[in-house]
Amino acid sequence: MKSYLLSEYLVQVDGDRCTLCLACVVQCTYGVFSHNRESRGLSVRSEKCVNCHRCVIFCPVQAIAVVKNPTAYRENFYWAEKTIRATVSQAEKGGILLAGMGCDTSMPVYWDKLLLNASQVTNPSIDPLREPVELRTYLGSKPDRLEVCDSGDGPVLETAIAPQLTLETPILFAAMSYGAISLEAQEALAQAALEFRTLFNAGEGGLHKRLYPYGGRCIVQVASARFGVHIDYLNAAAGIEVKIGQGAKPGIGGHLPGEKVTREVSETRMIPEGTDALSPAPHHDIYSIEDLRQLIYALKEATDYVKPVFVKIAAVHNSAAIASGIVRAGADAVVIDGMRGATGAAPLVVRDNVGIPLELALAAVDQRLRDEGIRNRASIIVGGGIRNSADVVKAIALGADAVYIGTAALVAMGCSLCQKCYTGKCPWGIATTDLEISKRLSPDTASRRLINLLQAWSLEIKMMLGGMGMNSVESLRGNRLHLRGVGLTEGELKVLGVKMAGE
Amino acid sequence: MVEHEKMKVEETTAVIDAQGLHHRVLNGLIKKAVFEGAKKLRILNVHGQRYIGAGLSHGVEVEIHGTPGGDLASFMGGSRITVYGNVEDGCGNTMAGGEVVVHGHAGDIVGYAMRGGRIFIRGCVGYRAAIHMKGFQERKPVLVVGGNAGDFLGEYMAGGVIVLLRLNGSGEREGKANFLGTGMHGGTIYLRGEISGLNNHVRSVEMNGEDLRLLRELVEKFSRHFGYDTDRILKDGFTKLIPAARRPYHEHYS
Repeated sequence: MKSYLLSEYLVQVDGDRCTLCLACVVQCTYGVFSHNRESRGLSVRSEKCVNCHRCVIFCPVQAIAVVKNPTAYRENFYWAEKTIRATVSQAEKGGILLAGMGCDTSMPVYWDKLLLNASQVTNPSIDPLREPVELRTYLGSKPDRLEVCDSGDGPVLETAIAPQLTLETPILFAAMSYGAISLEAQEALAQAALEFRTLFNAGEGGLHKRLYPYGGRCIVQVASARFGVHIDYLNAAAGIEVKIGQGAKPGIGGHLPGEKVTREVSETRMIPEGTDALSPAPHHDIYSIEDLRQLIYALKEATDYVKPVFVKIAAVHNSAAIASGIVRAGADAVVIDGMRGATGAAPLVVRDNVGIPLELALAAVDQRLRDEGIRNRASIIVGGGIRNSADVVKAIALGADAVYIGTAALVAMGCSLCQKCYTGKCPWGIATTDLEISKRLSPDTASRRLINLLQAWSLEIKMMLGGMGMNSVESLRGNRLHLRGVGLTEGELKVLGVKMAGE
Repeated sequence: MVEHEKMKVEETTAVIDAQGLHHRVLNGLIKKAVFEGAKKLRILNVHGQRYIGAGLSHGVEVEIHGTPGGDLASFMGGSRITVYGNVEDGCGNTMAGGEVVVHGHAGDIVGYAMRGGRIFIRGCVGYRAAIHMKGFQERKPVLVVGGNAGDFLGEYMAGGVIVLLRLNGSGEREGKANFLGTGMHGGTIYLRGEISGLNNHVRSVEMNGEDLRLLRELVEKFSRHFGYDTDRILKDGFTKLIPAARRPYHEHYS
């Protein structure tokens, strides 16, 4: 069938600059460039280009530019290019359209409508250049009350404290599985988490044996297909996360295409090579909060109650009530993943239409747990749309204990948001399991970029905290008086629990 | 050795009276006994305590008298658990090694996502047994069921072996496969007798010599555990089911 799809991009090569070094031929994994031996020139097939910038960055003479195809679709306000393109594509292929990364539609971004406070005259701001500002964060269930007795030798804490994870910054690396991303990318996250004393999340694809030494800085997932789950995996980790849902694709499961299930991935996931790794939405042992409790406690029993168990859900309409159930089921942390959260592969229609913005879900969950008097029993960790340090600070003010970052970490490593993760051809060596491509990513270099990002954000968070007159991130947690809304309706302000700017 | 009024230890055998014990206490006693060198555990008067043997990776023999609760032997590594009674849901959940022998019936999701070890159930199993069972390389989990199975047996199965003997009651040898092996993309199911109504994710193929050898080995073990005659079971015809495709949902995506 002749394809009616237009090229999305045009690749332009400046013939005056090009030295025919063929770096672009080597770097492009989508087959855009080839060396034409007859004409001794470069052949360019723009229709294959995904605009990932790999060739542009690696062209030693800056001869390449990628531009949007000037032959535009005859779009209108209602039928945008994206919509026409999806329709044409489905008419030609007859299947569900896949997409990588997170929802990119024009839904409101509440972070950008929330503004932070700063001290002026009274309660003066703190200068983080000369005074310490504490970012250390403890994740885990906190007791209802502390009982202390006098031993004669000084006070002794009598209350048993649930296991806690200590982070030096309230930022964790979000779940990204081996299979969805390369082992090199996971190792970079692991190294950065270790050096910065935070945590990375190995996702639901098991833990490769090379990463076991990083187990103390690792959250491992238990998802519906239980890929790579066994007792050594559980014991190796700092914490365990039961994955119920994912912000990029609430209500549906994971599906790692067989092309990405290489020998190493197969061994780590404990599935046959080359088969699709199916991880449907429901855990087949969980049909209720009581069942969820049973899995949480099976994991706690198996690991001697020494590590916290998180439960991760996608931000959906009833997140607050579900979160209440999760806390009552015995989870040590509730993880909420917003609709902007990314993925290696999701049906486009789900990615862009299912779930709700993280900001609203977070505010609703924190408020509900407070209203029910159980907020202390579990930490709240949020992910799915955290783009910068201001988002982190606003999330904490809305009630989060810490945030997960996924997309930002990928961008730090080189990701250009081309959204083609599901093809397994990521030219940056990130979202691929092809060993020839993944070796492009040096874990050492990538982890340095990640550490730089964490350091930059942490400095900025301290600066903003100091500006609000706080010397500890603890003081901001759930402190919504430090937020004000602009351009929001009364309903939105009510859900967010913040006042309008000027009030 | 750990001392507890509910536990008696003689050399390397520990006997625990589970009457009235909370699961956390009971499992704590089991773990302590194993940690201190017990090789054999007899647990009496079990009434629904969950998670017995969860994560137990040491080579220990456990005998359970009574009815254990959910998630028996979940995440278990390499021990053997024999139950003189029925088991609830989730027996062998995500089990990676060892053996579970049940002299009774089992609830739903027996062997959910198991990736190693063997489970023998004398009676019937509930819904979704061996769902997500997976194997790779030398790992080949096995579930042998003496009776019948509920719907969705072997759903999303990605490896391992299920043997369904259907020895219970009359007419049991001609069942209808309700959602049997839907989404199956690895592993093998052996059924005693015929089956109708298969979905298009599984197909029936001829048994070969290797199948017969494996089937005999597993039925012999089953018979030894529960006192059956291997040859009598094997004289009936068996149906072998394998996945129709390694990527059953591939065509759903563009």
